[in-house]
Amino acid sequence: MASSVPRTRWPYALLGCGAALLAAGTYGGLFSAPPERYMGDVYRILYIHVPTAWNAMLVFTFAGVCALASLLSDDARWDARLEASMEVGVVLSVLLCAQGSLWAKPTWGVWWDWDPRLTTTAIMVMAFAGVLALRQFVDDPVRRATWSAVAAVVASADVPIVYFSVRWWNSLHQQPSSPGSVSVIFHRPLLLNSVGMLLFTLALIALRTRVAALRLEAELAPPPALSPALRQPS
Amino acid sequence: MSGTREDSVALAVSRRRRNRWLALGAVAVALAAVLAFLLAGLGENLVYYWGPTELRAAGDRAIGATIRLGGQVVAGSVRRGGSVSGIEFDVADRKGGQVHVKASGVPPQMFREGIGVVVEGTMTRAGYFDGQRLMVSHGSEYRTPREGENVDMRQLIKSTQGLAGKKEP
Repeated sequence: MASSVPRTRWPYALLGCGAALLAAGTYGGLFSAPPERYMGDVYRILYIHVPTAWNAMLVFTFAGVCALASLLSDDARWDARLEASMEVGVVLSVLLCAQGSLWAKPTWGVWWDWDPRLTTTAIMVMAFAGVLALRQFVDDPVRRATWSAVAAVVASADVPIVYFSVRWWNSLHQQPSSPGSVSVIFHRPLLLNSVGMLLFTLALIALRTRVAALRLEAELAPPPALSPALRQPS
Repeated sequence: MSGTREDSVALAVSRRRRNRWLALGAVAVALAAVLAFLLAGLGENLVYYWGPTELRAAGDRAIGATIRLGGQVVAGSVRRGGSVSGIEFDVADRKGGQVHVKASGVPPQMFREGIGVVVEGTMTRAGYFDGQRLMVSHGSEYRTPREGENVDMRQLIKSTQGLAGKKEP
């Protein structure tokens, strides 16, 4: 039976473009850019940590939008997009915490502390991972879509809290940098990696959305007709 | 299936209406959560560390309790103990408060005069802060080395001073 979920090639093109930009940005960050004045070479994790953070926040924001659209539209494609973006977001933010931890040890002197930025980020990962777990427990696709969309909207409340945490409270984590607070020569690798990771992330979401849509289609399909061998002889 | 086409359309419409309420409810809960955090943050009910001013204001309540003290290391105040580990310095905040800190252990590599620190420990009756865990907070600035500065990673790791402690050539 032909699937109604369209097969597209553009995600693979995006994946390739993203990987190329990431390779160029990472090469620039590791080999072309000079060391930082106080941190020496340790600062170079910035070139992956900051793009990961931006993209994780963006993806979770998108997940919140998908969840609302899924509740308001009754279109199953929004549910597939929600599942995909939450999963990619959780992967990105787990990577984010690991990178941050690796950077924190040599600069702050600790792997982790219950600073507002770190704590709210941990809550964000747990919340979205929790919604993904919730999806596994609901068999009815319609209920699954409704429940996980409601839970995802509530979870996405933490996204602005993570963003503003360093402004609202005293924290160990620094405030966001601006172009003015970062030397110009550091900008290009950062920009290349950010755009590269954005393209890569979009491609992953698109591919994962297709998987979710195909699974949903298989779930909703009527059971196959009994094979002739199993039929009662008439 | 016994339902007519009209029935199923009515079902879809009612489900959509129910979802609209669910969406509204979820958004309301989310907004309430953000607002609660915002108000808690502005009301300073959630505090990660105290500055020297708040620490002084707490008086005896700060003695014996586990507290985080945050602020800037005062220039010229750093004294390394006679033993290999152990360090003393003053921490100041923008409001003019200042507290003397005695910390055990080896300070992080980035530690230097003028940098932000967060120290976990407790206030003592003697009037100094007994630090158990010394953390260094890095600002949001990333700068290339100045003209003529030579960044030698091995030297940076050894010195624990960064380039700021280096003599200009």
